[in-house]
Amino acid sequence: MAQEKTVETTGLLGWIDQRFPLTKLWKEHLSEYYAPKNFNFWYFFGSLAMLVLVIQIVTGIFLVMHYKPDAATAFASVEYIMRDVPWGWLIRYMHSTGASAFFIVVYLHMFRGLLYGSYRKPRELVWIFGCLIFLALMAEAFMGYLLPWGQMSYWGAQVIVNLFSAIPFIGPDLAIWIRGDYVVGDATLNRFFSFHVIAVPLVLLGLVVAHIIALHEVGSNNPDGIEIKAKKDARGIPLDGIPFHPYYTVHDILGVAVFLIAFSAVLFFAPEFGGYFLEYNNFIPADPLVTPPHIAPVWYFTPFYAILRSVPSKGWGAFLMLMAIVLLFLLPWLDRCRVKSIRYRGGTYKAALAIFAISFIALGYLGMQPATEKVYVYASRIFAILYFLFFLLMPFYTRAEKTRPVPERVVYKAGH
Amino acid sequence: MSDSSKPLDSSRRLAIGLTCAAGAVGTVGVAVPFLSSMSPSERAKAAGAPVEVDVGDMKPGELRSVEWRGKPVWVLRRTPEMLETLEKTESKVADPGSLRTAYPTPPYAQNPQRSINPEYLVVIAICTHLGCVPIEKFQAGGDPSLPDDWVGGFLCPCHGSTFDLSGRVFKNKPAPDNLEVPPYFFLSDTRLLIGEEKQA
Repeated sequence: MAQEKTVETTGLLGWIDQRFPLTKLWKEHLSEYYAPKNFNFWYFFGSLAMLVLVIQIVTGIFLVMHYKPDAATAFASVEYIMRDVPWGWLIRYMHSTGASAFFIVVYLHMFRGLLYGSYRKPRELVWIFGCLIFLALMAEAFMGYLLPWGQMSYWGAQVIVNLFSAIPFIGPDLAIWIRGDYVVGDATLNRFFSFHVIAVPLVLLGLVVAHIIALHEVGSNNPDGIEIKAKKDARGIPLDGIPFHPYYTVHDILGVAVFLIAFSAVLFFAPEFGGYFLEYNNFIPADPLVTPPHIAPVWYFTPFYAILRSVPSKGWGAFLMLMAIVLLFLLPWLDRCRVKSIRYRGGTYKAALAIFAISFIALGYLGMQPATEKVYVYASRIFAILYFLFFLLMPFYTRAEKTRPVPERVVYKAGH
Repeated sequence: MSDSSKPLDSSRRLAIGLTCAAGAVGTVGVAVPFLSSMSPSERAKAAGAPVEVDVGDMKPGELRSVEWRGKPVWVLRRTPEMLETLEKTESKVADPGSLRTAYPTPPYAQNPQRSINPEYLVVIAICTHLGCVPIEKFQAGGDPSLPDDWVGGFLCPCHGSTFDLSGRVFKNKPAPDNLEVPPYFFLSDTRLLIGEEKQA
């Protein structure tokens, strides 16, 4: 007979704890996980991203009850959901608004990382898992977008799958293998449905768990970029740390409430958001023989699309678009500054980050415009170059940065 | 850091309580649309619309089967002899007055003939045991799977339940209830609308 495990808890909870580390997990990740006490507005977006993931999964489950993944009936099944299924219109709008909300939240979440050096040692792996989540999210959104089988769905998929044909040697065959046919068709729709509903969500869930475990292993960063574990009290608790539960669980409820107000406002009053969240061209069933005069990807892909289009070469354009994302992974090693947080960095980095942010937004705008205007083409090239220089010159302009001394203990407001 | 030994101060308890209550209201509010979306859609309800049946061309003793809401519905034009058998089966059926409430019998069918017009029986052809469609056994006697005093009715082949010519289930059979009478009424002497009761 094996020794019975001794646990501190009693009753039903004690029975569980002898068999499953429930109380241990609760303490390690919530009630005794000490997070810095100076989290600001930028720190809401992680929990909001998790909320949106849950919204997408739940609304997705209910949509799949009525959606038909067949090229002949897909478009009609979406209209069936909108018109005939009780509350179907609301569930569909939650899913489409949620997709755009996901990217707004994730972009802001990533930007926090750039502001406070959250990707620096020892959090490189947190950042890498995060970049993988970003890639998986883009795949998920792209494949989900094909499912309504509208004109934009069809032609967007056609363009992106054709990008893979740019790969030397294997490209054209690879594109046929991805499509399952010589053109985007029923075969493509069915496999994208499988990936969108089952494969990529499972991958996303696994990556999110890994992302959080990696974070909890080293502890969260904070707006001052200093390590709170450096100063602990007699019990080994960081002096500047507060238990995640109840302080941040309750604090995050505020973030959720504000987010849901904005989300609901869009959901009930402007779900199409001027054609940015639900594009007008997608209300036309897919027609393989006619391309809409103006195709653009959904707004959250337009920065990368602009980079792709700015290069007058199919292969190099695709390569540079890929590099634009790959460079994100390398940030922990490109940044050579002594300090982590923008609060204590020199003017050079602040200027570089500002230029990067402006370039990203400008590229996003330019990616939506028609490909013809000469001014737009030149502007895209300039902003694309600025985007890449942010990363490529980083080892140089960050090494010799004029930094300010970091405080011993965290401060609540910058400059105090 | 947290002090769980002191009792919680009352205004904090009130704040936490009210927040939880608001959260519960919100959760129910969100759950309603999702759970409702699983109910029959407009398309399903339209497909379940009432069915019109013309019985003018039915011969006496003829059994016709029509589909309503995916289920078979029998219309039997009973002969006078068939109607006489109902007196004989009255003592042998489990619920002769159709009083049981599992499949409530509409008021116009609360009679031995279980119909608006005694000549036409209208019942849903699904055995009230586990759902098979019974078969017609209108011949009196001669069938080894039926008792010797059989006067005519229906037999469910799945588990042996038997019903008389009003769809009433015999005693001591697996099926607990008489065959269900659907909502219906006569649009005219020869036309039935199955699926809707007559508006008073």
